[in-house]
Amino acid sequence: MDAQWSKLSPVEKREARFKETTAAEGMPFVSPQVKQAYQERMQMLKDVVDLKKPTRVPVCPFMGFFPFVHAGVTAQESMYDYEKLGYAMKKYHRDFLPDTVSGAFLYGPGNVFEILDYKLYNWPGHGVSINSPYQCKEGEYMKGDEYDALINDPSDFFIRRYLPRVFGSLSAWTMIGPFTDILELPFTGTSIVPFGIPPVQESFKKLLEAGTKALEWIQAVVAIDADSICNLGLPSLFGGFTKAPFDILGDTLRGTRAIMFDMYRQPKKLLAAMDRIVPLAVDLAVRGTTMNKNPIAFIPLHKGADGFMSNKDFNTFYWPTLKAVILGLVENGVVPYLFVEGGYNQRLDFIADPDIPKGSTIWMFDQTNMKEVKRHLGGWACFGGNVPASLLKAGTPDEVTQYVKSLLNDVAQDGGFMLSTGAVLDEGKDENLHAMIEAGKQYGKY
Amino acid sequence: MTQELIDAITEMREEDALKIANQELDKGTSPLAILDASRQAMEIIGKRFETGECFIPELMLAGDMLSQISAVVKPRIKQSDTQKKLGKVIFGTVEGDIHDIAKDIVVFMLDINGFDVTDLGVDVPPAKFVETVKQTGAKVVGLSGFLTLAYDPMKATVAGLKEAGLRDVKVMIGGGQIDDQIRKYTGADAYGKDAMAAVNLAKQWYGG
Repeated sequence: MDAQWSKLSPVEKREARFKETTAAEGMPFVSPQVKQAYQERMQMLKDVVDLKKPTRVPVCPFMGFFPFVHAGVTAQESMYDYEKLGYAMKKYHRDFLPDTVSGAFLYGPGNVFEILDYKLYNWPGHGVSINSPYQCKEGEYMKGDEYDALINDPSDFFIRRYLPRVFGSLSAWTMIGPFTDILELPFTGTSIVPFGIPPVQESFKKLLEAGTKALEWIQAVVAIDADSICNLGLPSLFGGFTKAPFDILGDTLRGTRAIMFDMYRQPKKLLAAMDRIVPLAVDLAVRGTTMNKNPIAFIPLHKGADGFMSNKDFNTFYWPTLKAVILGLVENGVVPYLFVEGGYNQRLDFIADPDIPKGSTIWMFDQTNMKEVKRHLGGWACFGGNVPASLLKAGTPDEVTQYVKSLLNDVAQDGGFMLSTGAVLDEGKDENLHAMIEAGKQYGKY
Repeated sequence: MTQELIDAITEMREEDALKIANQELDKGTSPLAILDASRQAMEIIGKRFETGECFIPELMLAGDMLSQISAVVKPRIKQSDTQKKLGKVIFGTVEGDIHDIAKDIVVFMLDINGFDVTDLGVDVPPAKFVETVKQTGAKVVGLSGFLTLAYDPMKATVAGLKEAGLRDVKVMIGGGQIDDQIRKYTGADAYGKDAMAAVNLAKQWYGG
């Protein structure tokens, strides 16, 4: 397959990936009708990526912890009790019948994080209340003088510096040597010595224990998603995930404050590190989408939003390496699903980049003017959004219906549009989400 | 010298700014004049932030320059020379939310704009806001929240202040998912899109 695959053009690769997802071979659909419904929905998704008018606007709300509020399950239970996780996810999909499955993997295995003493996040029952979503604890997990170490060997940096900081149980990995030391026989023994040290041995025991628990979790999660796919005919929204290199560094390595100082204090190192990360970020999403047999790769965008930096800095620090990741994915037939958090009102001129092939990306917005989005991206890329979290929480069903109706009226008339929540949904009234989905289905017909 | 220092800060020339501040101190320039110049520079940055010529990195870097200069200069300032405060503001990230980056920026900007800010940190329960307002007599409270989970704790905090009889206290809210709909929902008096909006609201409420 590999030799043939490499001969395909990017568009042929994308077509092949969509074909594989649509065929859904081996998926035990409960009936031919459900399989057909699944395939019709896949066609809707493919049509919007191809900038065509689908039969109807796909309605794909983005779920955070909302399904648990809806089902009366705590956020903590969603991360520890997979039966309750499954109950809530299945109930959400059945009760609301969106056009895509929200993955049950998003919430993660609490017991794995406990075993590893995960320090990067607080999660329900661990630093935040049992009803709260997990929250990132920002910090300088990569120090300001470690850019060279990261650039020189990112994996070694992760293994021996970053992972020992974010997982308490792996703190002893600072004692391990670089794996690239292991060359000739006379010098190999010494490289293995650290693995005999009790704290290092203990760290591996913890990792094996965590691995066992992670396997239990993924089996549960796959079965939960498969239930909605096979019983309701809903395809998964995406198969892979990656991030913009600036966000990879800024979110969980350097932290917001430090990376903003780096833009001024060590811009060359920052740029070099982001260049180094590009192929890793591409590979992450290509592997994910290939393994999960779904061509769409989720890319949440954080620190390039309006206000976070000037357009000049966006064009220097944020966009070039994000663009490189997008082009790398498109080259592999993967469809980047760029989830723009905050606003991108100042960035629309830049992202509609003529180097990115027409009809190869999906852009989802929250607090960006959607008419302007249509003006800039219409006919070039699939776009969507943007029912506000505030409206779903504090509005009325009528207000939600009106919002969706006028949004579709304003920007969806030419196709290439997906209806979604502006933000990842943690809170909201059931009746408001129903109103959003119903309005999308009713007024989104072409 | 004042203009030189102001220019160095507003043009983001960090090394120059610190060098100039130290040189002036050595030359015998009044520490207060150096601090005033740095504050003026910060005001310029704040205005540029409002008009969209400066952004969060510049706000943070200028703030850090000001902190570094203050650290050098402040030990030489007599207590009586310190700036008169415009009013007290109680600030914090609401219960359930542990995000502090945006809150820290707002607190810093309120502080350098002359407010006496009590920063209660993150994950602050409504009762803590009420108690602190009672202790300090502050007339302005700022509630920060990054996630949508902040909506209900914000509402509970506003209600808590009212129940405690603190009806003349003004409440501002802000954060990534805050808009006018949520202002109405929580019963807050105003919401602000960014740090300078918070400064302007506080000034307006204190009649400054």
